[in-house]
Amino acid sequence: MIELLDYPFMQRALLAALLVGVAAPAVGIYLVQRRQAIMGEGIGHVAMTGVALGFLLSTNPVWTAVLVSALGAVAMELIRWYGMARGDIALSLLFYGGLAGGVMIINLSPGGSNADLLTYLFGSITTVSPEDVTAIVVLSAFVLAVSLGLRRQLFAVCQDEEFARVTGLPVRLLNLLLAVTAAVTVTVAMRVVGLLLVSALMVLPVAAAQQVTRSFASTLALSVSAGVLVALSGTVTSFYADVPPGASIVLLAIALFALLAVVGPLLVRARSRAGARHGERHEARHKTHHEAPEDPEGATVVR
Amino acid sequence: MAEQHTTAPPVLSLRGVTASLGARRVLRGIDLTVGRGEVVALLGANGSGKSTTVRTVVGQVQPTGGDLELFGTPLRRFRDWRRLGYVPQRSTAAGGVPATVREVVAAGRLARRRLRPLGRDDREAVHRALELVGLADRARDSVNALSGGQHQRVLIARALAGEPELLVMDEPLAGVDLVSQGVLAEALREQTTRGASVLLVLHELGPLAPLIDRSVVLHDGRVERVDGTAHLHDQACHPYPDPSAPARTGLLT
Repeated sequence: MIELLDYPFMQRALLAALLVGVAAPAVGIYLVQRRQAIMGEGIGHVAMTGVALGFLLSTNPVWTAVLVSALGAVAMELIRWYGMARGDIALSLLFYGGLAGGVMIINLSPGGSNADLLTYLFGSITTVSPEDVTAIVVLSAFVLAVSLGLRRQLFAVCQDEEFARVTGLPVRLLNLLLAVTAAVTVTVAMRVVGLLLVSALMVLPVAAAQQVTRSFASTLALSVSAGVLVALSGTVTSFYADVPPGASIVLLAIALFALLAVVGPLLVRARSRAGARHGERHEARHKTHHEAPEDPEGATVVR
Repeated sequence: MAEQHTTAPPVLSLRGVTASLGARRVLRGIDLTVGRGEVVALLGANGSGKSTTVRTVVGQVQPTGGDLELFGTPLRRFRDWRRLGYVPQRSTAAGGVPATVREVVAAGRLARRRLRPLGRDDREAVHRALELVGLADRARDSVNALSGGQHQRVLIARALAGEPELLVMDEPLAGVDLVSQGVLAEALREQTTRGASVLLVLHELGPLAPLIDRSVVLHDGRVERVDGTAHLHDQACHPYPDPSAPARTGLLT
């Protein structure tokens, strides 16, 4: 296990995995809250064109991917904002256009081939360069500053957009910022998890965490922990099994989801038993004040 | 009374306000005033423009004509949203991720805090709001575990947490059981005694009738009738002028 750290490429891969494990669920939680879990998927497709442009221009594909996917994410947000009647068609054009554009451009670039794209599609631990690590560190710092620093504002916007607007929050700005942050997260994650699987790391840790949590804060904390756990263990697995890390990370995340889906209901049941005991005490205390009839809908609904 | 109006502008005033949703003209000239400490109910059949009126007041529907002033400032230039508390028509308080009652209610403090973290007075305001709606003991529960009436109380607590001077509520009684209706009436009474004003959309006055200073009946985007307290008893039982009129159903309730 320790000898892993003797390889410089593994040091870089594990550092990248750690940052991705933190950043992806920290942004993904807002997309899940807004029931837009699929948005990361779309950004991943669009980022493909950005990666290919990097090859064409012979620059680091991370930066061109950030640029193109941010533009794509802003376009998606505008489509949502203006509630376009055929919004789903507009999104499809964007997604498939991004994917096809990527394949087209990479094959036009000198010396480029689909094989180059493959490491970006499913991740690769051996190809995370020192420059990639620098980019990943800088970009994840931005992602975490936004997703944790503005968590109350983003929570309010994703929970109830109309209320947030009446509160005077700059809702449109926050939505655009969230879209750009999601795009940056996709490019942070693409070296390790790959573009086709990146949205899984944004969504699955959150889905797993909320099987056992009741509050937003604990869901955020637990999903980031879950993200780090599966990203690191998936990267190590991929070293030993010689498979793309995206695959092992996502399968581990699904396994964690399944585990918590089994454990979750047991926890909820134990809690509601404790809650019922608490409720009885509470009721006994209040019986003297309230002669009001029993709330007919008041029975606790357990998800 | 007249003197009062010259010294302090009304909390809310609409003069000839018109608004459209899509191609349909929903408001055809609404006149409405809410003074300090007043509770004004908007009544009317479905599609009469009640909800559009309040959504125009809170800046979510753009008026196409007329004058709308909040605290003496034209809506277009009004930025002091912390003075206003809004309870939207019962959406659900739940999102795609679990959240506790307290987390949802704390969102009501954002207008005051902006980017600063929540402090002790914010936590106290959230706690007071939860006590007002009788949910202080559920603060740590997930909103997913609440009944419909309790959901509505959470949304009201969220608006109260900001300690607003004007509370705007869109059908706060819709689908709310009797216990929650009583709790709401009590919370409103507390708000008005501390000087807050209230504009709310109702289908029937119900247990709120004793609190209401004026009811404004809308019909087809215009004010049809304004009643003071004298008529309110009748309205508690028969809110609409002609109950046999064909029901107007539509998207614009």
